[in-house]
Amino acid sequence: MDFVIILQAGVATGTVLLFAALGEIFAERSGVLNLGVEGMMLIGAMSAFSVASSTGNPWLGILVAMLCAGLISQIHAFIVVTLQADQVVSGLALTFVGTGISLVLGEGLSKAGTVAQIPTFTVPLLSQIPILGPIFFTNQSVLVYLGYLLTPLAWYYINHTRPGLHLRAIGEYPSAADALGISVFRLRYFYVFVGGMFAGLGGAALSLAISPGWFSELTTNGQGWIAVGLVIFAQWDPVRAMIGSFAFGALRRLILDIQGPLTLLGFDNPFYYNSYLGFFLQMLPYAFTIIVLVIGSREAIRKRLGAPAALGEPYIRGERGK
Amino acid sequence: MTESALSKKRTSWRIKLEPRLDVPPAWYPPAVSLGAIVVALILGGMVIAFVGGNPFRSYGHIARASFGDIGVLSDTIVKATPIILTALACSIAFRMKLWNIGAEGQFIMGAWGASAVVLAPLVPADSPRWLFIATMVVAGILCGALWGFIPGYLKAKFNVNEIISTLMLNYVAISWVNYWVFAVWTEGGFQMSPRFPDAAWLPRLSDYAKTMPLFRGLTTHGGLVLGIIAAIVVGFIVYRSRWGYEIRLIGDNPHAAEYAGINIVRNIMYVMALSGALAGLGGMSEVAGVVHRLQTSPIAAGYGFTGIIVAWLAKLNPLAILLVSVLFGALILAGREIQPAGIPKMIQGIILVCLIASDFLLRYRVRIVRVGADGEGA
Repeated sequence: MDFVIILQAGVATGTVLLFAALGEIFAERSGVLNLGVEGMMLIGAMSAFSVASSTGNPWLGILVAMLCAGLISQIHAFIVVTLQADQVVSGLALTFVGTGISLVLGEGLSKAGTVAQIPTFTVPLLSQIPILGPIFFTNQSVLVYLGYLLTPLAWYYINHTRPGLHLRAIGEYPSAADALGISVFRLRYFYVFVGGMFAGLGGAALSLAISPGWFSELTTNGQGWIAVGLVIFAQWDPVRAMIGSFAFGALRRLILDIQGPLTLLGFDNPFYYNSYLGFFLQMLPYAFTIIVLVIGSREAIRKRLGAPAALGEPYIRGERGK
Repeated sequence: MTESALSKKRTSWRIKLEPRLDVPPAWYPPAVSLGAIVVALILGGMVIAFVGGNPFRSYGHIARASFGDIGVLSDTIVKATPIILTALACSIAFRMKLWNIGAEGQFIMGAWGASAVVLAPLVPADSPRWLFIATMVVAGILCGALWGFIPGYLKAKFNVNEIISTLMLNYVAISWVNYWVFAVWTEGGFQMSPRFPDAAWLPRLSDYAKTMPLFRGLTTHGGLVLGIIAAIVVGFIVYRSRWGYEIRLIGDNPHAAEYAGINIVRNIMYVMALSGALAGLGGMSEVAGVVHRLQTSPIAAGYGFTGIIVAWLAKLNPLAILLVSVLFGALILAGREIQPAGIPKMIQGIILVCLIASDFLLRYRVRIVRVGADGEGA
């Protein structure tokens, strides 16, 4: 067990969660809760893998994945923004539809074998930094570096630009934003689409870079839901989402690696001698998500932080309040 | 000529939405739901055709393989039984706007609890059937209730989002059962427990074939009775009891409920535990009535998720759940043989999407009005 390797792999696997969480932050900041992340990620993973295996071009796969996931997210946008239906149920339905469609269209893809993957590279100077270099800048996928770029960009966009101000306005106080001439409906559609594209990117990162291949529902195996949980822990902040994602990624790798060595901290390694205990290790990411939610919720109460005020509420023009 | 062209230019048609102020007639909501299902089947058929299948043959196959004769009808009801209980579980939580997405995990834990009675064993191996079934029912209910209570407690005390926590507990439940199936109760290293003794099986219709020859080969089991009893009990709680009134009031208007002195925190925990108990009973019914051993894959088959859709389609009404569950039982039963394998899941999702979208028609009246050039309606 080498902690540098665990963290390095954690950054790589965490990037998948990071993309999905970033997308969900955009959607939720605009006031739309989208629980369809898992379904959109599966659509992304399936279409990316499918395109990459038929054209041999993984970049095209990523593009198509983002487009497909973005398009399917518009079902949710239509139902909750235009038809003003319940966002929870609609998001669930999107997960069902996304899972179902990706299973139907992805039939046979699991036998497609290997496809061209997104390349990895080492950053020349930065990789020389002790500890941080090997973890963050050595042999990482291009998509991981994309994650380093997108996170501060998302943070800057949301907090320090005019469109970001509009984004926050429609999520906090849509009627005031509407009165100022900001198109609440159009922007909510747009940010749900952005959320879908990010989820698709996350799915593509899974099937083309992080754990290449198409394994039907097991491709994501609940990571979309973990991403939704991470957004709450991250208090809708991209930078915190990045930290959380990488921590989760490292945990996933730790679970694999902890079963290897004969001794742990000087004791016999119980996970080596009784491999069935691995089932308890498998519970950890999910149990950890719940713990993280408890921490996040307590902190939110203490600091009086919270979700965007209009999150989950349909905006109906002409209604009082809100 | 010019005049008609002019008038053609002047008038245009617009879709106008008006909020519905009156209560629609009684036939209207079911008709809208039915319309939504028809639209969903058409959309699903388009996807099937897109991937190269024949939608008419697929749907015809579903109808024949699920309602064609009394034997398959019985199998359909077997598939409907766990859905009845998970849908009831979802309905009572949804009634309070508690989004229990964890019926799947609670179902699995109920199955585990019921299996523990036989495999641990908690009752002697030569116990009579009534003792086995009674303890298994209690164990299933308790384990399911615990699995529902945990997210309820976290929601009530720490305001933890129950959607995520119930969902995460689904995965924990699967790992938990896997551990017991692989490590403790394995049968010869396979990923399943030994078969339960006959006394731990819920009675089947075919057990009575000696006196009623018609029942020969029919697999419908006592879980259906449990499901119907549960539906009646849930209906009574929701519509006739004081507690049900509190639940409905919290769901409709939590502020009013708080002013009325209703303890919301306690109700969250109770309702989540009840919801989990119903799903757990479903898990018990599935191991004791169908699988007859603890084994992950046939138990964690997604009944908890189907229950969400069924509860929604039945508008959370317990008696309607009984009927809708049979339809979804048919879809699942027949869907097993349809290729590609994802089709039943996809159709379920599309049905849910169309249903939610159709709710719009209950709240708004859609009218097509003619608008003149001066903007006045004609």
